[in-house]
Amino acid sequence: MAQAIDMTAATPVQRSARRWNQRTLAPWLFLAPGLFMFTVYVLWPIIQSITLSFYDWNGLYNQDGDFTGTFVGMGNYAELMTDPAFETSLWNNLKWLVLYMAALPIGLFIAIFLNQTVRGIRLYKSLFFFPFVISQVVVGLIFAWFYAPNFGLFYLLTEAVTGKGTAILAEPDLVTYGIILAGLWPQIAYVMILYLTGLNNVAPDQIEAARLDGAKGWRMLWYVVLPQLRPATFIAVIVTVIGALRSFDLVSIMTSGGPFGESRVLSYYMYEMALGEFGFRMGYGAAIAVVLFAIMMIFISGFIWKMWRDETER
Amino acid sequence: MFPRPIQQTSTGTQWLYTIALPIALIIWLFPLLGVALTSLRPASDLAQGNYFGMPSGIAWENYVFIFTETPIGQYMVNSLWVTIPTVIGAVGLSLMTGFALAVYKFRSNILVFFMFVAGNFVPFQILMVPVRDMTLQLGMYDTWYGLALFHVAFQTGFCTLFMRNFIKALPFELIEAARVEGVSEWRIFWYIVLPLMRPAIAALSVLVFTFIWNDFFWATVLTQGVDSQPITAGLSSLNGQWIAQWHLVSAGSILAALPPVAMFFLMQKHFIAGLTLGAVK
Amino acid sequence: MVQKKAGALALVAALLMSTSAFAQDKRVVTWNADYDPIPLAASEALIADFEAANPEIDVQMTNFDHEAYKNAIRNFLTADPPDLANWYAANRMRPFVEAGLFADISDVWANNGLTEALAASVPSSTIDGKQYAIPYTYYQWGIYFNRDAYTAAGVTPPGPEGVNWADFLANCEKFKAAGIDCVTTGSSALWPVAGIFDYLSLRTNGYQFHSDLAAGKISWTSPEARAVFAEFAKLQPFVTENHAAIDWQDAAAIFVQGKAANYVMGNFAVANFKTGGMTNDNLGFMVFPEITPGLARAEEAPTDTIHLTSGAKNPEDAKTFLAYMASPEAQSKWNTAVGQLPTNKNATVPAEDPFLTAGFEALSTSTGGIAQFWDRDADAEYAKAGMEGFQQFLVQPEKLEEILERLEQTRLRLFPQ
Repeated sequence: MAQAIDMTAATPVQRSARRWNQRTLAPWLFLAPGLFMFTVYVLWPIIQSITLSFYDWNGLYNQDGDFTGTFVGMGNYAELMTDPAFETSLWNNLKWLVLYMAALPIGLFIAIFLNQTVRGIRLYKSLFFFPFVISQVVVGLIFAWFYAPNFGLFYLLTEAVTGKGTAILAEPDLVTYGIILAGLWPQIAYVMILYLTGLNNVAPDQIEAARLDGAKGWRMLWYVVLPQLRPATFIAVIVTVIGALRSFDLVSIMTSGGPFGESRVLSYYMYEMALGEFGFRMGYGAAIAVVLFAIMMIFISGFIWKMWRDETER
Repeated sequence: MFPRPIQQTSTGTQWLYTIALPIALIIWLFPLLGVALTSLRPASDLAQGNYFGMPSGIAWENYVFIFTETPIGQYMVNSLWVTIPTVIGAVGLSLMTGFALAVYKFRSNILVFFMFVAGNFVPFQILMVPVRDMTLQLGMYDTWYGLALFHVAFQTGFCTLFMRNFIKALPFELIEAARVEGVSEWRIFWYIVLPLMRPAIAALSVLVFTFIWNDFFWATVLTQGVDSQPITAGLSSLNGQWIAQWHLVSAGSILAALPPVAMFFLMQKHFIAGLTLGAVK
Repeated sequence: MVQKKAGALALVAALLMSTSAFAQDKRVVTWNADYDPIPLAASEALIADFEAANPEIDVQMTNFDHEAYKNAIRNFLTADPPDLANWYAANRMRPFVEAGLFADISDVWANNGLTEALAASVPSSTIDGKQYAIPYTYYQWGIYFNRDAYTAAGVTPPGPEGVNWADFLANCEKFKAAGIDCVTTGSSALWPVAGIFDYLSLRTNGYQFHSDLAAGKISWTSPEARAVFAEFAKLQPFVTENHAAIDWQDAAAIFVQGKAANYVMGNFAVANFKTGGMTNDNLGFMVFPEITPGLARAEEAPTDTIHLTSGAKNPEDAKTFLAYMASPEAQSKWNTAVGQLPTNKNATVPAEDPFLTAGFEALSTSTGGIAQFWDRDADAEYAKAGMEGFQQFLVQPEKLEEILERLEQTRLRLFPQ
């Protein structure tokens, strides 16, 4: 009897030990391929870039395949401090960040405008969303055509209004705003779709209750609707910040950073320094990338912190 | 519902709304419409300065020209060669990572998860020089697979975030019950979780397809010739040859935009579901 | 559908044939190039001639897109070097020479008497007393003008010897009054504006100054440098507005339509002008006007070159081919086909092309020296900084001090005194 009890007791213990093992190992087996790729292509390159930013390297290996760079310590960073092109890029990045935020109110406005149930509204929503689906290369070309001197619509419009056409991409003081406007077009569409989804999920009973209390228009939006849209706003801020800091495609397609470097942003300046026709200063480019990375880390940390709070609250 | 449904307002407002909708849409898509019209305008119109007047004819030959006289067809094929394997790879890998992070409790779980999420937001430039160098050393520079491999790795970050949250929302009791039955972890993943993931897979597939099809930066960094360059980079180099020939630039742009647009219209529900992840509680 | 399939099959078959059947027992020379269609055809014709004369050698060329090549060469020189590679003379080849990726071919020069036959190109092919390049073509820069625009403004079109600077500027006033841009350019890619600056610099202070300026030996705030900008300022009001937003081809359209009278350009643009509808009757060429009287006239003529790589697998046959590319026969044939000028002084120039003969005349009578072009004479980073400065001056001449100050800082950083 005692033996029998012992036997029946032993099996589940053994079994659960094996299951426990399986359950400790399993996540790592599932993670392995993804983690491997991510380490090789994302984590390790970040470390390499930071290391490279302390070197001066023209990207060439010699005939034996040896690295030809020389260690310069903080040299690249010291040079950045006095580099006027870097300063221009940094300022332009700031302009991008600030002005890109306009995507939020405009996106919300369009979302509210479209949040109706009339005939064909679904098609309207899709068509309004359109700019986000197409490549930034195409957006850049579209706006380059829009701004083209002598025959571009924008040029003709300014000519009609002021009597003298403005070729915005040739104007050193305006060029960045011209590109930002092009970037806002798809960004507004993105924010709009976030808010449309958000509006769909606003609790109708609260709206009705507020309506009975006499709230409407701005007050309703500000005190009742916006608080409920907070998750959508959060995502919108994050994607808008990332979009602003990643602004490479449009600058590259529309102006290549010109005229005389006035429309450069960090992401483009980095590419120009590392792989541009007159560049191939890999170390210096890496230093610019590290600065951009540091700026982005501020926002990434904020995002992670918020996520961590949400996770632990659950 | 906010704002107040238009049906509850006065007839005047309703009329106004009905008229405002198409006008707003035309203004919103004005640059795009302009380009679409230009792509069908005969070259002679542009040469004579007739940019916006009545076209002298509809020039489908612009499209014929870019297909027969430029490698744009090849660029589109290259894009597919990069995009489709990336979609399969990134979705496949992230199903597994997402499953691991959603189902198992282990000490570094949250750390690994945040690492994927943070990596997803990193500026491309910090990866550029080492990734390009590594791709060169591995002999994969200027190949579709060199580009696709990077995309798979990078997109795994975003896809993991998505998959993990999706699996978290599934009823955990299903998995518990299976474990009691003694079903192995792999079989739980394959037979219980995977069939429930169809909407997530669909949503991510359309999103990743669009992201990768539209990628320009990595296409510029990791490919260079007609044999492997995707359409975005190809269009950019064609743009360099087509200076002042806006009818061709426009036709090329419209063509490059078509596949993601088609994807969007076909899979609209999934697309928006994927994009607005987290926008509602 | 069936047709398509058959086509694909034929293509596959052709590919298989070309890789397996030929080139079995021949010695292979590989060559990476960056040609547009016309020079590509010319080069293929040369290869055919060479292989006919040397049946045991097979020259295999891989052609790259011109822009992509600038990037590609940095990869293939280390990863997978061909025997021969196209590139440019002077400072543009320096990084590859210094990294030991281009091989010394002084022996090819010595054994074929090239120092004498290619005398004008010796300086731009030489680094530290050794030759690293075979120059096989160049083309002149100068002022192309639209006779119709001259007629429309009531200005007498100049002859090939050009006009002097004061007359040129006086003409500009007349063009302005007639609503025509005196000088056009499209500087969105920066380099076209360097052509204008180089000529002002060569005409104001001469070849040695240009060379020293590009080498970082001259201060941007020196009186000589200021003198160049003073002349630039005189020209500035007459240059097409919004040039910073357009490319050189856009400006070519303005020029062809007669909305601009003069275009400071390289001879490669002639093909573009002619596709736009111009003919030898209404297109003219003159050398850039004299500014400082009595100064030996120098010209810009960028040279294209071929190089032997250090990783070459078959350097001996590659050198035979290089010697062939330097020969008068090869250069006459190639340059006639492409519409450029041979660097070998024993080669011939087609007499029926007025722009080539004018260019040949301009270059062979120039006593001041042949410049390569700002972005080939100057170190890459310095070249870019300079071109941005020139472009900015052309847009914002009032910021002269700021521009000179910034250029001077760049110079002091790149060339510590």
